[in-house]
Amino acid sequence: MADTAFRRVSFVFGVLIVALVALMVYEMAQQSSLSMRTFGPAFLTSTTWDPQHRAFGALPFIYGTVVSSVLALVIATPISLGVAIFLVEMSPNWLGNVISAVVELLAAIPSVLLGLWGIFVMVPFLQRYVEPALQTAFPGVPLFDGAPYGVGLLAAGLILAIMIVPTIVAISRDVMASVPIAQREGMLALGATKWETTRRAVLPYARSGIVGAMVLGLGRALGETMAVTMVIGNRPVISPSLLDPSYTMASVIANEFTEATYELYVSALIEIGLVLFAVTILMNAAARLLVARTARGMPVAP
Amino acid sequence: MSRKLLIAGGFSVALVAAACGGSAVPPSAGATSSAVAGSPAAAAPKVQLTGAGSSFDAPLFSKVFKGFQDKTGIRVNYQSIGSGGGVEQLTKKTVDFGASDFPLNDEQTKAAEAAGGPVVHVPVTMGAVSIGYNLPIDGLKLDGPTLSGIYLGTIKKWDDPAIAALNPGVKLPSTAVAVVHRSDGSGTTFIFTSYLSAVSPDWKSKIGASGSVNWPVGIGAKGSEGVSGQVTNTPGAIGYFELAYAKQNNIKSAVMKNAAGKFVEPSVQGAADAGAGAAANMPSDLKAVFVNAPGDTSYPISGFSWIVVFQKQADKVKGQELVDMLSYVTTAGQQGVDALYYAPLPKAVQDLDAKAIKTITIGQ
Repeated sequence: MADTAFRRVSFVFGVLIVALVALMVYEMAQQSSLSMRTFGPAFLTSTTWDPQHRAFGALPFIYGTVVSSVLALVIATPISLGVAIFLVEMSPNWLGNVISAVVELLAAIPSVLLGLWGIFVMVPFLQRYVEPALQTAFPGVPLFDGAPYGVGLLAAGLILAIMIVPTIVAISRDVMASVPIAQREGMLALGATKWETTRRAVLPYARSGIVGAMVLGLGRALGETMAVTMVIGNRPVISPSLLDPSYTMASVIANEFTEATYELYVSALIEIGLVLFAVTILMNAAARLLVARTARGMPVAP
Repeated sequence: MSRKLLIAGGFSVALVAAACGGSAVPPSAGATSSAVAGSPAAAAPKVQLTGAGSSFDAPLFSKVFKGFQDKTGIRVNYQSIGSGGGVEQLTKKTVDFGASDFPLNDEQTKAAEAAGGPVVHVPVTMGAVSIGYNLPIDGLKLDGPTLSGIYLGTIKKWDDPAIAALNPGVKLPSTAVAVVHRSDGSGTTFIFTSYLSAVSPDWKSKIGASGSVNWPVGIGAKGSEGVSGQVTNTPGAIGYFELAYAKQNNIKSAVMKNAAGKFVEPSVQGAADAGAGAAANMPSDLKAVFVNAPGDTSYPISGFSWIVVFQKQADKVKGQELVDMLSYVTTAGQQGVDALYYAPLPKAVQDLDAKAIKTITIGQ
């Protein structure tokens, strides 16, 4: 009796979440219908964003969102794995606790503060030292072409990396800690070094969990708004250079929504929101597929 | 923020309903019912006014509305959500007045008129937009065509002949010009692009004047603090922001050539002079964009900010309070605003405002 009631109540809550998401999608589609009718599918491929002349296209924003997030993931993953491996495999308990606490603190910093730090500390540093050095080291490489403004895709990727490191560290640490001790002991008994043990016995076992951690990190990076807006340069262009300014979908909504003065403009911004939603789902699905693959391909015992 | 606004709006709607209930009692209904209604006429209940809009106006309003409350006991609740948002909230009637750094465009006017009849624009203050730069040179001189060339991307180096011609005897570095602009829609951008449109046919045809435009070059920074921060950090940068940011952050500002051919530093006085010059041929709806104003001492990149209200105020109590508030803001409230880097309204504009406020009809 009580069990039935409990089941029904939980069922309602479960359905509620689904309904909420469906309602949001419906509402966004409804609100952006004017823009959809006006531009059609060309909205996704057009590179012009000109509110003054009523021309709207989402491609530069899609590009900026995906590239900055992937860049963040590329930077954050090795660092996070390094931290997690140290925490689980090597560090003494007291030091591990300190590091864990600091990493969790990093996750609690409001993104607007990180953005301010980005503008006033990281960007000038990139501009004065890192970017000129990159250009000297790789002359003529399109990836590092253009004037070193400091702000741009690289800065956005770095800020995002800082923001997703705590997520990836926390989850991969827990996953690695759950690897059975017997795995490690077996490896060590065979005469393996610490590094070999980690690489052959721990990482393969934890692989799908680590990919899951990366998916969560990516999700956070895709939707992050304030800190990115402050350092990405906010220019809707598609450039191969990491030093050039770019723009993300979340940023353009945050920047322009309050001053969107006519219906089509608002509608186009809401359609950007819908596209962001779709991109997030797509990338999440791709990542889930990846998790499934890695889980299946996982060696039973090395 | 918007939820807060809705709650505030809902709250004031409830108050309006209460006030309406009071004043809707027909005079013939007798003494008992008006006593029940709390005798609205005798001791006019103080109703809170709500407004929303321009963030540029927010510091000014927090000073002026405090003065108004001290004088009359009427509280004015202002939400700084951006000019476009303010106009929209006015149209949706969730606020009693909107504040905007640009006059309503045709689409906004149509929507507002459909919702509540004609609107009245009341200029409440003026501001100057500084052109900040990061070069080891003091008193850099620029004119309109050169500035538009920089923002169009046709002038790329600081030692460009066009800049050199305006600054004889100054050794200009051959560094690249790093153009910085606002990324968020803003009234400051509206004034700036209106100016460029006024002085450069090229800018007018290719880009136009708006709160956010399709910038041909440069990087976008969020907010005036973002632009001023970027200019401070980037050697060779140029950017635009309200005068207050230039003064508070000690950023060098370009001396601009005005319509009379004189070079003028950005200042509160320069903006006030430009406003006075514009008052002479002000359109009757007061929607004047007075960039590049005539007058020897006028600073050319200056603009008004407006309070926008519906002309027909159905609610007697609130309508009267709104009129009192507007009168106060445009007269006594102008005292001492220059300390906040706003230009006090010149007498000529105050007179025009008084005329516009008189057109508001209450309780009909």
